[in-house]
Amino acid sequence: MNFETVIGLEVHVELKTKSKAFSPAPNQYGDEPNTNTNVIDLAYPGTLPVLNKEAVEFAMKAAMALNCEIATETRFDRKNYFYPDNPKAYQITQDEFPIGRNGWIEIEVDGKKKKIRINRIHLEEDAGKSIHTDEGYSLVDFNRQGTPLIEIVSEADIRSPEEAYLYLEKLKSIIQYTGVSDVKMEEGSLRCDANISLRPIGQEEFGTKTELKNLNSFNFVRKGLEYEQKRQEKILLSGGMIRQETRRFDEATGETILMRVKEEADDYRYFPEPDLVFLHIDEEWKERVRATIPELPDARQKRYVEELGLPEYDAKVLTMTKEMSDFFEATIAAGADPKQASNWLMGEVSGYMNKHQKELHDLALTPESLASMIQLIDKGTLSSKMAKKVFQELVEKGGDPEKIVKERGWAQISDEATLLPIVNEVLDENEQSIIDFKNGKDRALGHLVGQVMKKTRGMANPPLVNKLILQEIEKR
Amino acid sequence: MSLFEHKLAELQELLQKKEITVSDLVAESFKRIHEVDDKVKAFITLDEERAREQAKKLDEKQANGETDGLLFGMPIGIKDNIVTQDLRTTCASKMLENFVPIYNATVMDKLQEAGAITVGKLNMDEFAMGGTTESSYFHKTRNPWNLDYVPGGSSGGSAAAVAAGEVPFALGSDTGGSVRQPAGYCGVVGMKPTYGRVSRYGLVAFASSLDQIGTITRNVEDNAYLLQVIAGHDHRDSTSADVEVPNYVEQLTGDIRGLKIAVPKEYLSEGVSEPVRNAILEALKKFEELGATWEEVSLPHSKYSVPAYYIIASAEASSNLARFDGIRYGYRAEDAKNLLDLYKKSRSEGFGAEVKRRIMIGNYVLSKGNYEKYFRKAQQVRTLIKQDFEKIFENYDVIVGPIAPTTANKIGEFTKNPLTMYTRDILTIPVNLAGVPAISIPCGFDNGLPIGMQIIGKHFDEGTVYRVAHAFEQATDFHKQRPQL
Amino acid sequence: MARITKEEVKRIADVSRLHITDDELEKISAQLDEFIELAETLNEVDTTGVEPTTHVFKVKNVMREDIPEPGMDRDLLFKNAPDHQDGQFKVPAVLD
Repeated sequence: MNFETVIGLEVHVELKTKSKAFSPAPNQYGDEPNTNTNVIDLAYPGTLPVLNKEAVEFAMKAAMALNCEIATETRFDRKNYFYPDNPKAYQITQDEFPIGRNGWIEIEVDGKKKKIRINRIHLEEDAGKSIHTDEGYSLVDFNRQGTPLIEIVSEADIRSPEEAYLYLEKLKSIIQYTGVSDVKMEEGSLRCDANISLRPIGQEEFGTKTELKNLNSFNFVRKGLEYEQKRQEKILLSGGMIRQETRRFDEATGETILMRVKEEADDYRYFPEPDLVFLHIDEEWKERVRATIPELPDARQKRYVEELGLPEYDAKVLTMTKEMSDFFEATIAAGADPKQASNWLMGEVSGYMNKHQKELHDLALTPESLASMIQLIDKGTLSSKMAKKVFQELVEKGGDPEKIVKERGWAQISDEATLLPIVNEVLDENEQSIIDFKNGKDRALGHLVGQVMKKTRGMANPPLVNKLILQEIEKR
Repeated sequence: MSLFEHKLAELQELLQKKEITVSDLVAESFKRIHEVDDKVKAFITLDEERAREQAKKLDEKQANGETDGLLFGMPIGIKDNIVTQDLRTTCASKMLENFVPIYNATVMDKLQEAGAITVGKLNMDEFAMGGTTESSYFHKTRNPWNLDYVPGGSSGGSAAAVAAGEVPFALGSDTGGSVRQPAGYCGVVGMKPTYGRVSRYGLVAFASSLDQIGTITRNVEDNAYLLQVIAGHDHRDSTSADVEVPNYVEQLTGDIRGLKIAVPKEYLSEGVSEPVRNAILEALKKFEELGATWEEVSLPHSKYSVPAYYIIASAEASSNLARFDGIRYGYRAEDAKNLLDLYKKSRSEGFGAEVKRRIMIGNYVLSKGNYEKYFRKAQQVRTLIKQDFEKIFENYDVIVGPIAPTTANKIGEFTKNPLTMYTRDILTIPVNLAGVPAISIPCGFDNGLPIGMQIIGKHFDEGTVYRVAHAFEQATDFHKQRPQL
Repeated sequence: MARITKEEVKRIADVSRLHITDDELEKISAQLDEFIELAETLNEVDTTGVEPTTHVFKVKNVMREDIPEPGMDRDLLFKNAPDHQDGQFKVPAVLD
């Protein structure tokens, strides 16, 4: 029997507001435990939440960028459960009226575009962190408590681990463009749980699903789902039944391990948060927020192909991150040819970044210096060989390419008046080569060019030298 | 004669003329506390040393003629569910027996700014759940008029302390009648303002959508001053109303001619004792003499306020009290086997029976399958109750009735009469469900125990409520009676 | 009697993170039963089309600007803590 895989993803994204969602404590990653908290975060008796407007607008922005309808009437609910990192023993979240609904993300699978629908996006608060020790106790840090969080719940539209991977990449890219989150999985500002089930091809009804946790990179999401896909298939083919359970991905073995079996649905006793008033998001507010969303990757990609004439591939790679795309645009705005800029960014620049594990903003290179270097190449001032040396310097130390070229004497000699006497000198010294050339030995020309390059220590512009030699031989 | 026989305005004048000092006032308070609190047991914690120090500081100010601040130098007692920085706040629970807050409730900041001096924290029913102050973990408070009787609750300590002359001012909290009913039982003035009038920041939550801090004093004018100080919008409480606070004292004109009073028939039903009914009818006559008119009306959904209230209040309480888990503060049980055991042991040992009962009711009504049936239904009924009031207020200025069907009951003796129990609840609870302001003032005595009258007003119209209460007070002598201790 | 089963009462106690003894179970079951009887009187009220009241006033959009204030002094935050270590709150092992 052949099976179809059905996957749904729940993605949590931390919003990078300056303060927490419901308290003025700083929203900052990586500080000493419990230094970014206050009595509200720690749920001291009598304290009350007050909603951060920026958190609402960031959530709206993300939801809009993911093509969601924004709720006009929305509110917060309490989700009640006991856990040491959940100080109020309830999480302020949105149950009945999420801020965003009915969105979608478009991915490209084997050259074909496919829409993955988003069921809902809601705004909530993050919990603290418990660190487990080997000595039978846990330690709790509440720095993260109250960080604004959006949960993005996809429909079960994903049909393979690869699609899940593509969906996540696209989602990350879009959120990153909006600037509302760092979307860094390694820092926990993007987290993902996956639901996966199998069903016989042609069957409408979903199979029993399992939930995967501890997926700490997009790669692990893909690997975990691949493992789970095979595990479930094996069970089904041997006539077994899938249990509804939560499984943990083990990074070391690449396997998924049973965490707990879900007997009955958790009872979170949701009810409307009485300490916060309802939200009414009118059209004007929506439009104001919409206006702050920058051009998103798909739109940029299209523009690069249609207006700048870049190949599809270039456009896709360049728009993957906003940082790269912004750098590219600034480079062409500074006067570089788009295709040349693209070649450099995708080639040397990306190569350097990969080799040294660096991000664009870590480099000394600026769009202006890159553009100026490209222009020097275009003008013939810089040979491609010398350009590599200039690039190395720009990327590590920065500076003005024109100045570098001048100071180091790296400029190509493209001046006829300078080259002409040298050409004639070489011709005078190599009469035999002229004769050979006239007799049809093309190699002789190469020899002559080589002699000129030698006399100019390699700085002469080779096409120009070529042209001048031919022109002077004519005259003789 | 006790200094506290003077009303605030008189004390302020004495202070200004330097006939008394702030230290005298604070000394008066502690003298009386040391005299009678062994019997009344209104306080859980006293803050004598700090209060006397603060009094000295204010005395220096007084010497320089700086006696501004509406409550300059006035001793005040605070119900022990209002958070006071560096002063133990227990909610009368073992759970918070050793809890010393590191922050102040907004009302405490306001009181401090107005020059009031906190002398101590007052007893209450545990986490404000109850009507007798008998469920306190620490001790039972007694009614100053007869020590065998309860002071009412849950703000029993606040009402008893004011009635016994231990403090001229006290704060309480009112979720279903917890300021008004003990004020009635103790023969003092107790105001529950409009929901949102006073910031709840720093009031340990019982039922967030119903809780409101209230004021307890010996007379209406002092009460108006106290509310003036603590009322107003607070950016730390999203549900606090951004509505201007008028000058309440200015509205105490004594003139209620043309005032239209509604008397719901549900408030004078069979459950109400004869003496209480008569006291209210007498009061209505007094209002007529003062130029007001009254008519009988109906609040048809009153009956359902009781189940609606227990569902909503318990649901909110079950969630509000879940934070008491023995991790960040509060009672933590010893020898817990594991985390689950730590939760269960700490909470089972830290909470009293009534609190646990309400937590369980709350979690029951919020459980899957019950939410729609009970919780949402109760919220819908709440809408109808609110509308009952709105309809009455289209044609009337205030609603008047008893604050309780009888005078205070004996300690340990619960009324078994279902009609009385039921009427007790419907007299106070609908006011919280509708969010309207209401006051209780003394209007008679039965067997030496005070009878209270309730005056209910429109949203944010505490001014009219005070005016009516004040006019009645000026025309009667009930508020001048003192218990013999 | 028995509008609620003992099992349901036990489940509610568990959800509430409360231990109940067998004696308490009897008593609380009776109390809950009594409560349910009272709660069910609400069924007498026709609430068709009635909006639920979650807040007395229909005020909306109360928010604060995104301005951070420094975290509180950690020593103060631990003043009331039953147990702490290395700047963190200490609890029995959290088992997943």
